[in-house]
Amino acid sequence: MIGNIVKKEFKELFSISTLLPIVVVAIVFASVGQMVGDIGETMEEKPVIGIVDVDDGDFSDIATSVLDQTAKVIYSGGEAEEGLEEVREGNGVALLVIPEDFSQNIYAGQPGEIEIYWIMRGAGMMDSISSGVVEGLMQAVNQGISTKLIQDDSSSDPALILAPTKRTETTFLKGKEIEGLSPSQLGNMLISQSVVIPVVVMMLVILSGVSVISSMGLEKENKTLETLLTLPVRRSHIVIGKIVGSALVGLIMAAIYMVGFSRYMNSFQFSDINLADFGLALGMPDYLLVGISLFTALLAGLSLCIVLGTFAKNFRSAQTLIFPITALAMISSFIVMFKDFDTIPTILRVLVFVIPFSHPMMAMRALMLDNYALVIGGIAYTAVFTVIMVAVAVRIFNSDRLLTGSVRKRVARGKLVWGFRR
Amino acid sequence: MKAVEVRELVKDYGNFRAIKGISFEVSEGEIFGLIGPNGAGKTTALRVIATLLQITSGSITVFGYELPKEAGEVRKIISYLPEEAGAYKNLTGKEYLNFIAKFFGEGEKFQSMVQRGLEIANLGARINDKVDTYSKGMARRLLVGRALMVNPKLAILDEPTSGLDVVNAQEVRRIINGAVKAGTAVLLSSHNMLEVELLCHRIALVNDGKIIASGTAAELKNKYDAGNIEEAFVRAIR
Repeated sequence: MIGNIVKKEFKELFSISTLLPIVVVAIVFASVGQMVGDIGETMEEKPVIGIVDVDDGDFSDIATSVLDQTAKVIYSGGEAEEGLEEVREGNGVALLVIPEDFSQNIYAGQPGEIEIYWIMRGAGMMDSISSGVVEGLMQAVNQGISTKLIQDDSSSDPALILAPTKRTETTFLKGKEIEGLSPSQLGNMLISQSVVIPVVVMMLVILSGVSVISSMGLEKENKTLETLLTLPVRRSHIVIGKIVGSALVGLIMAAIYMVGFSRYMNSFQFSDINLADFGLALGMPDYLLVGISLFTALLAGLSLCIVLGTFAKNFRSAQTLIFPITALAMISSFIVMFKDFDTIPTILRVLVFVIPFSHPMMAMRALMLDNYALVIGGIAYTAVFTVIMVAVAVRIFNSDRLLTGSVRKRVARGKLVWGFRR
Repeated sequence: MKAVEVRELVKDYGNFRAIKGISFEVSEGEIFGLIGPNGAGKTTALRVIATLLQITSGSITVFGYELPKEAGEVRKIISYLPEEAGAYKNLTGKEYLNFIAKFFGEGEKFQSMVQRGLEIANLGARINDKVDTYSKGMARRLLVGRALMVNPKLAILDEPTSGLDVVNAQEVRRIINGAVKAGTAVLLSSHNMLEVELLCHRIALVNDGKIIASGTAAELKNKYDAGNIEEAFVRAIR
């Protein structure tokens, strides 16, 4: 008896609609795992750097010797400009310049200054990993100099022995020269652009997508669709009305979500650095572009949802149809969160560009770095995508498909006949 | 002018032919009934005339407007009540009538439509309750009110008394007769042959996608030498 009930329950629950979400989540986690694997490889690799040793003293010799052993040095010379160019071309992380008074200062009881010029190629969370490795090497340099100070009994100042060097840092990020910040500090500053915005956009798309697909499912389940379609209103107005209504619901839900989530993320942000001090603040026209990008992406997502919603037979099947949208939103948000558009492989770049939700996720960061082409191109693409999807939806609304469902073949008594899902 | 003129209508779903070349006319102020068993093609015919489905071949005009070319114009003068229609469950009965009436008029016209809808539905204070709380009979009366409040030139009613008890069914029939007296032409379908006999001026017997006979109830009974329409139908399909 129990076996019979178990069998019935299993058959009812173990369906494509219950499996699909788990498969999607598993694929997303596997992809993230692959990316994390790449982090491990990046951290194990020797970072590519350049060294300009103008000092040529005892302590700079120690520093260059440590760096030679622990990093892949592609430039070792006396010209900072030349070194920077070499590091850039060689896909390097940083140029370390040891000025001429480096050793002299340490002997005089002052920390020796090392100028670090960072080359940062993207502003994603993973784009500052190589610089993190170099920061680790600086600890090794300090250790080497401290050992020498102790061995030679050159200093009795514990502060100097513990920290014999200090750094001045300049980061070059896509044509911007940001003085006084390392890539990790910059990454911390941009955390809201890297994490909060992709997550909020993802939630916005999913929540409004659920609204519009559910609305289609409910229209069919509650048998209101036929009445709606015979009212004196253009089918395009029905489609647009559903999209705009769902967008408003989604915006309200996303606003509530954003308040909670941004407060949560702020608790991880230690930096009180002002973006405007580094030329990274956005002006009103930039915010307008971000708003347009978000709005067009939302419309694009919802127009795709309404096309998917036409496949819904009832409210339950509508819930399943949201998963392609969820998967696309998750994929784009994870990629944008971890990597910059310019630092991902071409195939991923195409994928990110094609998914309309990626554009508002990238917009703010791109505008900070004056990449207007990506933002405006994204808006144009999502607008075209929306128009195409709305046209497809209106075409479906004007066809029999919405009411008759898919025409499918079924085998009956050994021959093919046509059946209809009503 | 004819309310509806259907000529050699064919409707295919993929390779399956649901309607196999039917022709009929509905005059102004007339109640015309399509009767037949489940799956005969009645609902498909009504859906095509109600602009919901495309025509495979043949022609349809509604008060002179040709389908599908002038579907927009047709939707302005028809009202369609599907067999299993529902209303938006989160709205109250009155909100639902308001929602529909807004598509047909503004100001005084809108107000009079809603008032007429309220009278037809006759739900008393329950009209202000959510549709979700209505019994099947109450929901159907609301939907009949919705369909007829807009004074359509043609009301297309699919099984208008489907699932209703005797009292509610009689009330709906009374409402339909009232609408016809006010000038509405009615095209309805039913598999309740007694009801059709009581309600319709003319009847078409539909079986397997074809009209096998049509005329007044008296003509059909006479033609098949039957005591009632049900008997006439059974003899017609033999």
